[in-house]
Amino acid sequence: MTGNRSALGGALVVFAVLLALAFVSDSYHLFQLTMLVVYAVAVLGMVVLTGYNGQISLGQGAFFAIGSYATAILMANYNWPYWATLPVAAAASALVGFLIGFPALRLGGLYLALTTFALAVAVPQVLKVDALSGLTGGVQGLTMDKAEPPFHLPLTGDQWIYLFTLGVGGLMFLLAWNLTRGRIGRAMMAVREQSTAAEAMGVSLAGIKTRTFAVSAMLTGVAGALSSIAVQFVAPDSFNFFLSITLFVGLVVGGVDSIPGALFGGAFIEFVPNIANDISKAAPGVVYGAILIGFMFLMPRGVGGLLARALRRGRKLAAPAE
Amino acid sequence: MPALLEARGLRAGYGPPDVLHGIDFTVEEGGVTALLGANGAGKSTTLRALCGMIRRAGQITLGGARIERAATEEIVRRGVGHVPDGRGTFLELTVEENLRLGAYTRRDRAGVAADMERMFGYFPRLKERYRQQAGTLSGGEQQMLAIARALLVKPRLLLLDEPSFGLAPLIVREIFHILRRINAEERTSILVVEQNASLALDLADHAFLLETGRIVVSGTASAIRQDETVRRSYLGY
Amino acid sequence: MIGLLHQISSGIASGAIYASVSLALVMIYQATHHVNFAQGEMATLSTFVALTLIHAGVPFWGAFVITVVLSFGLGVAVERVLMRPVMNAPVLTSVGVFIGLLLIINALDGWIFGFTIKSFPSPFHSAHPLLGGLVSPHELGETGLTVVVLTLVWLFFRFTPLGLAMRAAAHNPSSARLCGINVSRMLGLGWGLAAAIGAAAGIMVAPVVFLDPNMMSGILLYAFAGALLGGIDSPLGAVIGGFVVGVLENIFGAYIVGTELKLTVALIIIVAVLLVKPAGLLGRAVQVRV
Repeated sequence: MTGNRSALGGALVVFAVLLALAFVSDSYHLFQLTMLVVYAVAVLGMVVLTGYNGQISLGQGAFFAIGSYATAILMANYNWPYWATLPVAAAASALVGFLIGFPALRLGGLYLALTTFALAVAVPQVLKVDALSGLTGGVQGLTMDKAEPPFHLPLTGDQWIYLFTLGVGGLMFLLAWNLTRGRIGRAMMAVREQSTAAEAMGVSLAGIKTRTFAVSAMLTGVAGALSSIAVQFVAPDSFNFFLSITLFVGLVVGGVDSIPGALFGGAFIEFVPNIANDISKAAPGVVYGAILIGFMFLMPRGVGGLLARALRRGRKLAAPAE
Repeated sequence: MPALLEARGLRAGYGPPDVLHGIDFTVEEGGVTALLGANGAGKSTTLRALCGMIRRAGQITLGGARIERAATEEIVRRGVGHVPDGRGTFLELTVEENLRLGAYTRRDRAGVAADMERMFGYFPRLKERYRQQAGTLSGGEQQMLAIARALLVKPRLLLLDEPSFGLAPLIVREIFHILRRINAEERTSILVVEQNASLALDLADHAFLLETGRIVVSGTASAIRQDETVRRSYLGY
Repeated sequence: MIGLLHQISSGIASGAIYASVSLALVMIYQATHHVNFAQGEMATLSTFVALTLIHAGVPFWGAFVITVVLSFGLGVAVERVLMRPVMNAPVLTSVGVFIGLLLIINALDGWIFGFTIKSFPSPFHSAHPLLGGLVSPHELGETGLTVVVLTLVWLFFRFTPLGLAMRAAAHNPSSARLCGINVSRMLGLGWGLAAAIGAAAGIMVAPVVFLDPNMMSGILLYAFAGALLGGIDSPLGAVIGGFVVGVLENIFGAYIVGTELKLTVALIIIVAVLLVKPAGLLGRAVQVRV
């Protein structure tokens, strides 16, 4: 139990630091931090899928888009308050995840990768379609109002959006952490390690896999919704195939089976392209590609895996008597 | 008779632990040598090690040349035909294609055509099934196909991994009868792995017995047949 | 009626391209059980090379042959450098490596050749409309050439010892080694051949869709759909699947979902195949190895 307790302690410290940053950062950095949390939650959705289920999604950007558009449509067209759109965004992306995942997940890991790849390429087209432009705003997209701090709190809008995102994000991490530790989590890991044996012990393979994929889609969808609230604008071209690939790279960098690693994945997605873009328009692609291949060959468990190993070693040094 | 194949201190295994713990043996030119032993003794491992299909160390000499570092396809080119366990049939391909693959390393078209005809002499059923998909053959026919395929390599040494496995007694007798003819007519040396010791000793002139990766008894087939351990544990009388 | 015939004939023309790329994917899948997500980008790179040669004054067919040969080399190199180390690694690793390769080639294309959309010359000209105006000269020539390429590939695999050895190496590598076949060389050849087929497809489609770094991304998607429809382990199925997807795409695009949603047709086909007949038309039932 010490492991769990120290993990919780570590998480609280990180959360407290992120919280404190709300009060010392300017609005530009607040926006960056907000997007860091957004991407971390999106990557978290992939960790649940890949790390705990052994499945690969190359189309997580599609769920991000669905969450974003659910929030944007409700806010821009129907004047919903931003916080009320989150459950709808979560449900919509979970539902699409379930529908896509159901046929693909009965088969091997590559089939989900292929299907989600197709989904990621197809989604921007659907968003642009004229027939739906009354709802989606077509190529132009939708613009929303900025969220205001409630109860006349003495906060700026940017501070409030960051705190709101951080709060929801924290909740999502807690949810994922709980999920992977409970009965379903054990079943999920059994599915990853020994799917045949798990099935023989009464775990419904397809059921667990499909539900996991729905949860994964939901988490990434919530991230999309949070990004809509932060950016106050959606357009089809923000959700192209490259977004899905970016999230996939974030997953690999953070570590496919590391929940804390998702935070590193988020930081990577938010900061690395900015740095690379300064070099050349083509640089992010090259950097991403090289990092992806490099991690696969040299550090397949990502930063999260490295961290876990360092932590274990540290604990062993601290308690040599055991 | 001179030794065609000689292994000295042969160690081999699949992961880090060794399955073979340094064994020495020879296969004589033109003879039939049987490799006996229980399940898990290391019989198939020995054949795979000879062919470079797994990690191995020690000395292996084939006709005077060292082959312990050569790749599988190189060893095959030097004249080793291997009928692996499970027969290694290309199930999706036709009988004809399976046989042509056996002759893949050869450039003498006329020789291959003549050898193909000789194989049909040994195994007439393969001719009947020539255009059929190999996956549709019976177990016995697949075993025959595997032997014919290995012989088309024109090997000096034929390695057979449990040729009787999973086959009806009548078919087994037929196959062993053909193997004896092949040894006599083609002058092909044979190293055969068998769980059915009595069957193997009928065919072989030399034999050795493996137990947990070590050779415990070796000698001529008739001597082995008299050996107490072999008789009690493997021949059952 | 003429309209429908027109849709079908241009569907066959684009189907020929999808069939080529599907075949390239399936060849590699059969031999390695990995999917080369970078197949499309490799073809795009080849097409840029061809355009560069043409602009440098090389005649079209000369550029075509040189590019196909160079692409063969590229395929062999990719197999040797990237594929071989991850051969037996989990699916995630190979997906990661090939997505990485996709990103790198895509970015390099833009870096070296520019991001602007370029027109590409067609070698097929005719003053007269063909078949009563049903098909353009390029469509007819492109389909014909692709069919010739696919037939040559089939003849190679069916009737030459090397083709037979490549099939044997894909079906049963350890047995192939026992026949004296150098399996890793066969894998390299397979990758080379797949890249060469992709290059030919890229050069043939570029005059229609124009050339830019993302030219093949949609085509790769249709090729996936074609491969799944035909059966991911059946080369013949992949070719048939590619043609069927081409025709379906055009008919759906013209009459049902509209041209804006054409890519969605690929997604629908993929999901429908997985739901109804996961093995595809000609594939064997999907087996999970324990």
